[in-house]
Amino acid sequence: MMNVLVCIKRVPATGSRITLTPDEQEIDARYLNFTFSPHEECAVEEAVRLIEAHGGTSVVLTLGPDAATDILVDAMTLGMERAVLLETESGDWDPGATAAAIVEAVRAQQAAGTAFDLILMGNEAADTGDYQVGIRVAHVLGLPCVTGVKELKIDNGNAVARREVKGGWEVFEAPLPAVVTVKEGINLPRYPSLRGRLTAKKKPIERMKPQRAHGGLEKVRFKVPPEQTSVAEVLGKGAEAAPLAVDLLQRLGVL
Amino acid sequence: MDTFPRHARVVIIGAGIVGNSMAYHLAKLGWKDIVLLDKGPLPNPGGSTGHASNFIYLTDHSKEMTKFTLDSVRQYKELGVFTQSGGLEVARTPQRVEELKRRITSSKSWGIDAEVVSPAEVKKLVPFINEKIILSGFHTPGIGVVDSLRAGTLMRETAQKQGALTVFAGTEIRGMDVANGRVKTVRTDRGDIDAEYVVVCCGIWSPRIARMAGASIPLTPAVHQMISVGPVPQFADTVGEIKFPIVRDMDTNMYERQHGFDMEVGSYAHRPILMEPDRIPSIKESALSPTELPFTKEDFDLQLEQALELMPDILGNEKVGIRYAINGLLSLTPDGFPLLGETPEVKNLWSAAAIWIKEAPGIARAVSEWMTTGASEIDPTGSDVSRFYDHHKTKTHVQARSAEGFNKTYGIVHPREQWLTNRNVRLSPFYEREKALGAVFFETAGWERPNWYESNNKLLAEYGDRALPRAAEWESRWWSPIINAEHLAMRERVAMVDLSAFAVLDVTGPGALHLIQYMCPNQMDVPVGRVVYTQILDVAGGIKADVTVMRLGPDHFRMVDGGFDGMRDKKWLIDHLPADGSAQVSDLSSALATIGVWGPRARDLAQSATEDDMSNAGFPYGTCRWVTFGPVRALASRISYVGELGWEIYMPFEQGARLWDTLWDAGQKFGVVPAGIGVYGTTGRLEKSYRLYGNELELEYNLVEAGLARPQVKSQDFIGKAAYLKQRESKPAATLCTLTVDDNTSKSGIKRYPQGREPILTLDGKPIEDAHGRRSFVTSAGSGPSVGKSILLAYLPPDYAKAGTKLLVEYFGEHYPVMVAVAGNAPLFDPENKRMKM
Amino acid sequence: MIIGLVEHEQGKLNERTAEMLTLGRKLAAQMGAPLAAVVMGGAAPEIAERLAAFGVSTVYAVKHERLGSYAPEAWARCVEQIMAAAKPAAVMAAGSERGNEAMAYLGALTGLPMAANCTEVQPGESFLVTRQCWGGTLWEEARIHGSVKLLTVAPLAVAAEEAPAPAALSVSEFAPTLTDKDLRVRVVDRIETASGRVTLAEARVVVSGGRGAGSAEGFGPLEELAGLLGAAVGCSRAVTSAGWRPHADQIGQTGTRISPEIYIACGVSGATQHIVGCKGSKHILAINTDPEAPIMNAADYAIVGDMHVVVPALCAEIRKRRGVSD
Repeated sequence: MMNVLVCIKRVPATGSRITLTPDEQEIDARYLNFTFSPHEECAVEEAVRLIEAHGGTSVVLTLGPDAATDILVDAMTLGMERAVLLETESGDWDPGATAAAIVEAVRAQQAAGTAFDLILMGNEAADTGDYQVGIRVAHVLGLPCVTGVKELKIDNGNAVARREVKGGWEVFEAPLPAVVTVKEGINLPRYPSLRGRLTAKKKPIERMKPQRAHGGLEKVRFKVPPEQTSVAEVLGKGAEAAPLAVDLLQRLGVL
Repeated sequence: MDTFPRHARVVIIGAGIVGNSMAYHLAKLGWKDIVLLDKGPLPNPGGSTGHASNFIYLTDHSKEMTKFTLDSVRQYKELGVFTQSGGLEVARTPQRVEELKRRITSSKSWGIDAEVVSPAEVKKLVPFINEKIILSGFHTPGIGVVDSLRAGTLMRETAQKQGALTVFAGTEIRGMDVANGRVKTVRTDRGDIDAEYVVVCCGIWSPRIARMAGASIPLTPAVHQMISVGPVPQFADTVGEIKFPIVRDMDTNMYERQHGFDMEVGSYAHRPILMEPDRIPSIKESALSPTELPFTKEDFDLQLEQALELMPDILGNEKVGIRYAINGLLSLTPDGFPLLGETPEVKNLWSAAAIWIKEAPGIARAVSEWMTTGASEIDPTGSDVSRFYDHHKTKTHVQARSAEGFNKTYGIVHPREQWLTNRNVRLSPFYEREKALGAVFFETAGWERPNWYESNNKLLAEYGDRALPRAAEWESRWWSPIINAEHLAMRERVAMVDLSAFAVLDVTGPGALHLIQYMCPNQMDVPVGRVVYTQILDVAGGIKADVTVMRLGPDHFRMVDGGFDGMRDKKWLIDHLPADGSAQVSDLSSALATIGVWGPRARDLAQSATEDDMSNAGFPYGTCRWVTFGPVRALASRISYVGELGWEIYMPFEQGARLWDTLWDAGQKFGVVPAGIGVYGTTGRLEKSYRLYGNELELEYNLVEAGLARPQVKSQDFIGKAAYLKQRESKPAATLCTLTVDDNTSKSGIKRYPQGREPILTLDGKPIEDAHGRRSFVTSAGSGPSVGKSILLAYLPPDYAKAGTKLLVEYFGEHYPVMVAVAGNAPLFDPENKRMKM
Repeated sequence: MIIGLVEHEQGKLNERTAEMLTLGRKLAAQMGAPLAAVVMGGAAPEIAERLAAFGVSTVYAVKHERLGSYAPEAWARCVEQIMAAAKPAAVMAAGSERGNEAMAYLGALTGLPMAANCTEVQPGESFLVTRQCWGGTLWEEARIHGSVKLLTVAPLAVAAEEAPAPAALSVSEFAPTLTDKDLRVRVVDRIETASGRVTLAEARVVVSGGRGAGSAEGFGPLEELAGLLGAAVGCSRAVTSAGWRPHADQIGQTGTRISPEIYIACGVSGATQHIVGCKGSKHILAINTDPEAPIMNAADYAIVGDMHVVVPALCAEIRKRRGVSD
């Protein structure tokens, strides 16, 4: 039996051109769906599989506005059992503030009877890419943290985690309870089932209104990078382009 | 890549299934120098074609749409992109069971093999269906799926190989120049193209593109939700795209369609979600494509439950996941029909929009024929983009009606069903009087027209069973026996009918006679004051319009047309105006109000309201003249669509209420009743076997078949003359006949009354087909209170078109005996037309 | 002082670290401060020389018997202890996996904010940084507060440039105090994947397939071309989602980021998620049936055609030139 918490973040699913709101504070999401990142989808899948294998409770958590309940329902559609919304009213919470809010929620859950053996997150947020919330949460809670994990085994109260590096794998071990941040590729997530969706609508969502801590990283504005408008040189059509392409490889010295 | 052209015969904008089909057919018809542009990439530029579910059901209650679909299937088969799977519509409710029987009648009328099957038979065809919740199924073996992107590519490539077409993807339209009312230049981000013709095939973007030229294509983008789930174990051994029949779950407005190892579940049940064309995201801004918007899950949850209920074995499987889900954009129009043809605002700017995959190649063929020859094999009249009045083109109207129509996609729509939104747009000056008399208003062309008057309820007691009351709910819907009672009162006394919805078009100027002669096959050079009933033909001799024309002066003709047809016919007139400016067309539809006064006491009524001579000698049948009724001078025309003595009286709109009161007061001592369009359009007309445009008269039938050929053909030239002369030479393939139902009693003992579009069958229950492959079906149906019978009109091949021939009509799955009462053009009631001419 | 946390492999300075030091040196110059570096496990002479070349004047060579394998929290603890003595204005690392990780620990240990993947830095009371978000498809201007600014530098965003003249270098050894807790998360084992093949991240040539490959079998010709070129084989996210290739082959925002001399993308449409992963390539050759596919906007060269036809033709041409018959 184990209790697993998965932290996810609601982000817009963007197209190839990102448009900003006039105040440059947000992505213009009028045409966009909201989702959570591939890393986090894998974290959810990993949690569901762990609970299937070991028994226990899975809880999904996010920090965001009321609208963020949609991704909590999505995660519960995939098999998470219940959800916690850390409800915020104002814009971005930096990694420090986010970590503090999660810590507060984890402690509240523990006080209410759910102590987590494992806290899973994505390796980095899809939008802000801060690479630090998991480590900050682990530090305050006094837990070990392994990041960038692409293979995870729970063995005798230990998390055995593998991280992909140049030419192979690094293996980490950490005693539970622990924080693990995962990367896409750790598993192939399932698709939501119809029954999953219908059941998820009935699963409970607990709400907390955390205090916003001062993290010290403050967004001024977003900027859209200048669009690359390079025009590809067409070497030709079909097989007849092969000689020119091989000339190119020779010129670049890779042949 | 080809160099970007400066000139083109035709620029087709939009490379979805429609644009590609247009390029193919225009090239096939011999046009060269065709340029196809799209903003997006090929083969999937990001429009609705790219996310379509690509299945084709054949039967529609509309003949026009069914014919487009059947032609499209034929073309898809030729291209090798059609996979036949069969398809079912299943009923969960008794009402739907009846509707499925009605769909069988439409199938038989349009020539499609289909049958109603039991739940057990449905289960045999679709083993994973929960047959316990369905009551019956409508099975069409010929249903299938297509690869519409592949079809488009093949058609495009064929035209390219012929050297007729060049294609430029990634090309954005920046504007269009119009000169002298004619499209001239298409401006793009790659350069400008001078074009003789432009065809807008831009689906949901069409309004935006047309507006660049100042034209209107009234559609709205709307969301259709669809999910794809899989992998489905039951589909594991499927080779190709589809093995099991497609299922339409009609009562929940949903479909379930196998797509390889997945099942697509789509819905028309959710709230109508409309978009504005200007708000559609660009290709780069979209996560998937501009027409695949983010799926709004909450809108679909009820549908998930309903789908689960119907297909628990597949959809209830936890391993079957939702792999793709979109709010797909498609085009909706205010009346549900496509938008085809030259725009009335800009010459040579054509629209081919609001078209579904199932009908696209067929429509493209028709529009291409229409563009290149002036006529198409399949009659596209119902979809003609010039059918709209200005108020139809407003955002208010387009959005209201499109939203209202959306949930009718799989609905049980009664043929007389009224729109509920955006009513009370065009009100006659009599409206308040009519309302006070308990008028039940039906709408046509935006006009509120009384269909009957509740105040005439008292007549029901007077006429009893002669009012032919109806026991079955279906044919009592949007109907009242009061209509028949009003009819009888008119035949016995006199009735006043509001006809203000007429379209009235004046043709004036020194060239007016020449123009009107050229437009009409009948001799129009008649004395001033004469009224001529005539048709208008297209170049192929099809019947394009049905009008009366009053000659008001040597150079002044007034054409009176049905309100529904007015805008199309106005465009046709304007299209043929002489270049020298010697004739003009002015539209008086909104300037004149009209009252019909008919019945044996009509002369008494009229004469008591005027000092002018209304006698038969002084005001003979078929003439028109100005008459003074108290303070109002009105134009009276002595003709009748109901077969009675009387006049159509035209008056200035603002004086309408006054004249109504004058006539109404005068009529009291003669027992005048107000009568609705139910009498004018159905009962009175059918007893006289009068033809109605859009029912009996259409482009696919000719004057000879319709019994409207005159003994002589005038010497002057007119549109369609050559074809008409040819039609007169041979025996008609079918003749319009008047039939009566011998026995209306159904198996359950209730009297039933066909409503129109039902198949006429031989006595052994076989469909009847003429030499051109056209099946015989009921073109109009209704009560004939004065003849005490239920009357049907239908075209019949020569073998059957004889008075006394016994046949059957199918109605809700049962056969009723009918008899040919009249073959050709002669009335059942008052065959010698004595009443009109007395 | 600006301190840079150095990564190296067997005495070879990591490229990303060189980029970080380049930005660090500019920042130091703006602030009139020296540039220092922390090297774990002692500084070999060749590393010291390279650091000097990049303008580093002070090296803290950290020596501890238990630092034999990578332990991120211990790394952070070492830097924290050096910070206490050296009082730097900023500590920087490469925005690599280890760099981001160690700096996140440092932030956690010190309670300081950390800004990841910066591309520009303006010093001040608080620093104004530009950093990459959304995998680099969007930039964020942010203000980082705190007594010491913790920054990582986005990979491939700053060109590594040596200083005009090497700095005079002083190397001092530093012996940290580490507890068991600092070392509880560390690499306990290393598994080599003995493929003998170049890795995606390292390869000079990468050949990849997208949805256009059509199936797992569709990668056969790509493998062959890669064999001829000594290239690594990659794929798009569509391919791994379809299960045709393992996730390790995925190029993209949530897969591997590549930076080869030439990237040959076959049947890849070029979704943003993919472009993010391949934009570090020096040259891109796209082979696609659709001349309007988004990949064409990122490509330098294109062949319009079906990869199933073009790729075998490329293989044949290469063999022909090498004088090998088919």
